[in-house]
Amino acid sequence: MELGVKAWKEFKRRMEPRLKEVKFSLSRVRKSPLSLAGLFLILLFVSIAIAAPYLASPKHRYEPYRIPRDGYSATPRPPSRTHLFGTTEGQYDIYYGVIWGTRTSFRIGFTVVGSILIIGIILGSLSGYYGGVVDEIIMRTVDTFMSLPTLILAMALVSALGHNLDNVMKALIIVGWPPYARLIRGDILRVREEDYVEAARALGCSDFTIIFKHVLPNAIYPLLVMASLDVGAMVLTAAALSFLGLGAPIGYADWGQMISFARNWIVGPPGNPLAYWYAVTIPGLFILFFVLGWNLLGDAFRDILDPKLRRR
Amino acid sequence: MNMNILVEVRKLKKYYAIQGGVFKKRIGDIKAVDGVNLKIRKGECLGLVGESGCGKTTLGKTILRLLKPTKGHIYFDISEEIKQEVEKLEESTDSNSQKLQELERTHDLSNFEGKRLKKLRRRMQIVFQDPSSSLNPRMLIKDIVGEPLTVHGLAKGLEKRERVINLLQRVGLSEDHLFRYPHEFSGGQRQRIAIARALATNPDFLILDEPTSALDVSVQAQILNLLQELQSDFGLTYLFITHHLLVVEYISHRIAVMYLGRIVELADTKELFENPMHPYTQALLSAIPIPDPEVRSHRTILKGDVPSPIDPPSGCVFHTRCSSAAKECEERMPDLVSFGDEHYVACYRMNHK
Amino acid sequence: MAKLLEVKDLVTNFYTYEGVVKALDEVNLEIEEGKTLGLVGETGCGKSVTALSILRLIQPPGKIEGGKIYFRPDGKSSKKSSYLDLLEQSEAFMRKVRGDEISMIFQEPSSALNPVYSINDQISESFLLHRRRELSESVVREIEEKVDKADSILKKIVYKMKRGTYRKMLVDENSFLLKFLSGIPVVSSYNGWLKKSAKKETIEILKKLGVPHPQKLVDRYPHELSGGMQQRIVIAMALACHPKLLIADEPTSNLDVTIQAQILDLIRKSRKDLGTSVLFITHDLGVVAEMCDRVAVMYAGSVCEISEVKELFKNSLHPYTKALINAIPKPGGKGKLKSIKGTVPNLINPPSGCRFHPRCPNQMKICRQIKPELTRVENNHLVACHLFTGQR
Repeated sequence: MELGVKAWKEFKRRMEPRLKEVKFSLSRVRKSPLSLAGLFLILLFVSIAIAAPYLASPKHRYEPYRIPRDGYSATPRPPSRTHLFGTTEGQYDIYYGVIWGTRTSFRIGFTVVGSILIIGIILGSLSGYYGGVVDEIIMRTVDTFMSLPTLILAMALVSALGHNLDNVMKALIIVGWPPYARLIRGDILRVREEDYVEAARALGCSDFTIIFKHVLPNAIYPLLVMASLDVGAMVLTAAALSFLGLGAPIGYADWGQMISFARNWIVGPPGNPLAYWYAVTIPGLFILFFVLGWNLLGDAFRDILDPKLRRR
Repeated sequence: MNMNILVEVRKLKKYYAIQGGVFKKRIGDIKAVDGVNLKIRKGECLGLVGESGCGKTTLGKTILRLLKPTKGHIYFDISEEIKQEVEKLEESTDSNSQKLQELERTHDLSNFEGKRLKKLRRRMQIVFQDPSSSLNPRMLIKDIVGEPLTVHGLAKGLEKRERVINLLQRVGLSEDHLFRYPHEFSGGQRQRIAIARALATNPDFLILDEPTSALDVSVQAQILNLLQELQSDFGLTYLFITHHLLVVEYISHRIAVMYLGRIVELADTKELFENPMHPYTQALLSAIPIPDPEVRSHRTILKGDVPSPIDPPSGCVFHTRCSSAAKECEERMPDLVSFGDEHYVACYRMNHK
Repeated sequence: MAKLLEVKDLVTNFYTYEGVVKALDEVNLEIEEGKTLGLVGETGCGKSVTALSILRLIQPPGKIEGGKIYFRPDGKSSKKSSYLDLLEQSEAFMRKVRGDEISMIFQEPSSALNPVYSINDQISESFLLHRRRELSESVVREIEEKVDKADSILKKIVYKMKRGTYRKMLVDENSFLLKFLSGIPVVSSYNGWLKKSAKKETIEILKKLGVPHPQKLVDRYPHELSGGMQQRIVIAMALACHPKLLIADEPTSNLDVTIQAQILDLIRKSRKDLGTSVLFITHDLGVVAEMCDRVAVMYAGSVCEISEVKELFKNSLHPYTKALINAIPKPGGKGKLKSIKGTVPNLINPPSGCRFHPRCPNQMKICRQIKPELTRVENNHLVACHLFTGQR
């Protein structure tokens, strides 16, 4: 018993400084209601994604992402008891589509931004820490990529690789990493000059230890802020590609594709222009709030992580 | 006289290339350290004094091999015979060049790489000027002080923790500080942490790069006293780099005065303050504001600024600001010559006396 | 000697995440006309905050909470030449005072100068701000000479028009017509005369400060100059309008000793020439001994001792001052330095009573309870310590 108390005290002592940091971060977030709104939105989407099988039980057991369709008529049908949000062109169920589309969006966002982060950090670190020829090669590659318009390059890549969601993600990774490499390089150049890095070198630390223990932890925060902002942006780009018909296979639960279905039904018949509002508005709102949520959350991250505002 | 020399630097040069144009061509050099000879004896504290931009920090970092020297030798705890042999072989150029290379590879610190360098790093450490930037803000104190032990595989687990606590206690901190971040400490405490980290591997030689310049006077006194205690307790050898002459007078046994990448005067502390010979040293000493209003000293105020080390003046680098510069000063750089009792000066005016 | 500035019970707080930083706790100071007061203390003791409070330049989260700052202006910025409480004046009035009556030199010259403007632009800015009228007068005189000499009628007309505008400026600096004219591209060129005469003044002041080649220097940019030269430019900016009070906030702390000697010499000379009073903030007791007539020692937000320089070094009374003087290395000194135990207190939770008591070698019971007042012990020697206040 006494041992337990002692261990607990020891644990508390160890955690105290970290706890203080967390408390400070929370106090920063509390001060801006918009950040809280962003957090709320993202948590909402996360719970939708987790609860998808319960919110909309799949019709095709082994292909949950295939949107069930009710007939083959082209004209969308308005919301009803069987189709909560109505159906879109080809009688795909909008409710099912947007619910499972949330999962797709998270998958796209996290995979793409995660991969970009890894590639960007590795290349940017090499470039920033070693400099010289390595730096030249990597940075000129970055320049080349950044001189091409992102969306068009991504379209070209998807067309070349073949139309499916994996290829969309690959294309987005290929066009997305250069700004990350450049950003982290700049921060590493700054941190590299700090005395504690020099001190680590004087201690005899290896380059690997120096980069990962001393340089990166102090340089990575602007990158994380950018990444959180980019999760939304990447989903938006993927949706744009889907809208252009370069995304998921037809019938796959994906917000971009749902808007693409509704392309011909944005304006209704003469005299009733808003007849098919649900077909485009509902998936559109999902994308809007998803991207908005990440943007607000990114701002919150910036508030928390900005080294200038932190007390160091 | 050559007994017990721990660190010796011979004809050391460190140039930084200035690159320009589209193809990053080398268009010039910043001659930060330009031919320095220096011997540091075991157990002494050698003060290295000079104004900003005179290359004193570069010299320190080059000795520590944080920077790769452009030319010259750095010997750490090497016997006199080997140094002389290298010198002899160098003079007789092509013959035996393989032997020379072998000697340099194994004994000259300026050529060390990899494992050999890491092994030596255990024996020499550095304490930086600004303690707020020399500690990684995202590491806990226990990790900062324990890192050298891990890197050199000296201790692990409980033993490591024990040693970290010992080190902290030795520099006047306590076990309570283990789980804290650097920003929770005051400047003086941070400098204590930095000193503890430098002492972790039990080094012989410590470079102190302006360790008290960022601190307040009352804390400065604490740190200086601590450094003095540590020196006598552990038998450390110090190279104390500073621009503050009164501090260096207080702590050093000998003082070297640097100007524009060269050492212009080297003498015993007392001797230097009582009998400064180089005009630069004289000006430097007269410029110190003395904390006593009764003594309003007569000043020699130097005119102009320190020239750029990219294009240093010809001959004696000081002649542009020297009040007694003669014609020969503009032509050749005077060598560091001994004037009795371990007092070395690089000035023609002295030669003629 | 008449008092120029008197600070009474000045309180400034900073509202931060961790709590209220009580940066200044009833600071009392006096500066006599033509004298130099040194303000000494360690980092965070409130030296710079005092200076910024006097100029009312405290930015949020900081706030001046109480006290009085009496200042006697020259009559340049106001008709009255009696004492005014700066804390009660309008912001517009303070803008006139800053740079004209009270100016400031900062520690870091490279950040006090704007890198995109030439030296001339930066120094003449203060002339253009505070000396518009005098400049216009000289311009009018100059134009009148030209009118007489002008050979063609057209030139005469142009000159006369310009003279008209400048005369207008003499009457009313902020007239609508002038603002309107300066907005029109070609017509606004009349401003050129003003700038030219400001440049003349700039070169004049640089010459006075003994800066070599002022004509060439004024067209250079700050980054082309060395640290010492930059600090000289900053001093020129500060002295441009012959202020009554110059606040120098660690002006030489980032400079080398030989350059420091040059700058100190410069400040000393120009103080004598212009009759300016100086508030000299520093942590270096050596510089204080050289520069100041009187010294105020600050500790943790309040002044603990004020006295003449010689008196302070010879016969310091406050235990902190004594400890501070013992802690600095002196020439020819050997042996152990006497350090002050402990560290500077955190000003969020300052010690009760006398803020120095936890580190004081002769602390008494009363020190923990009551904050000592600054009391006159001898002629011109003031101390805030219970050791002395109780007895006399």
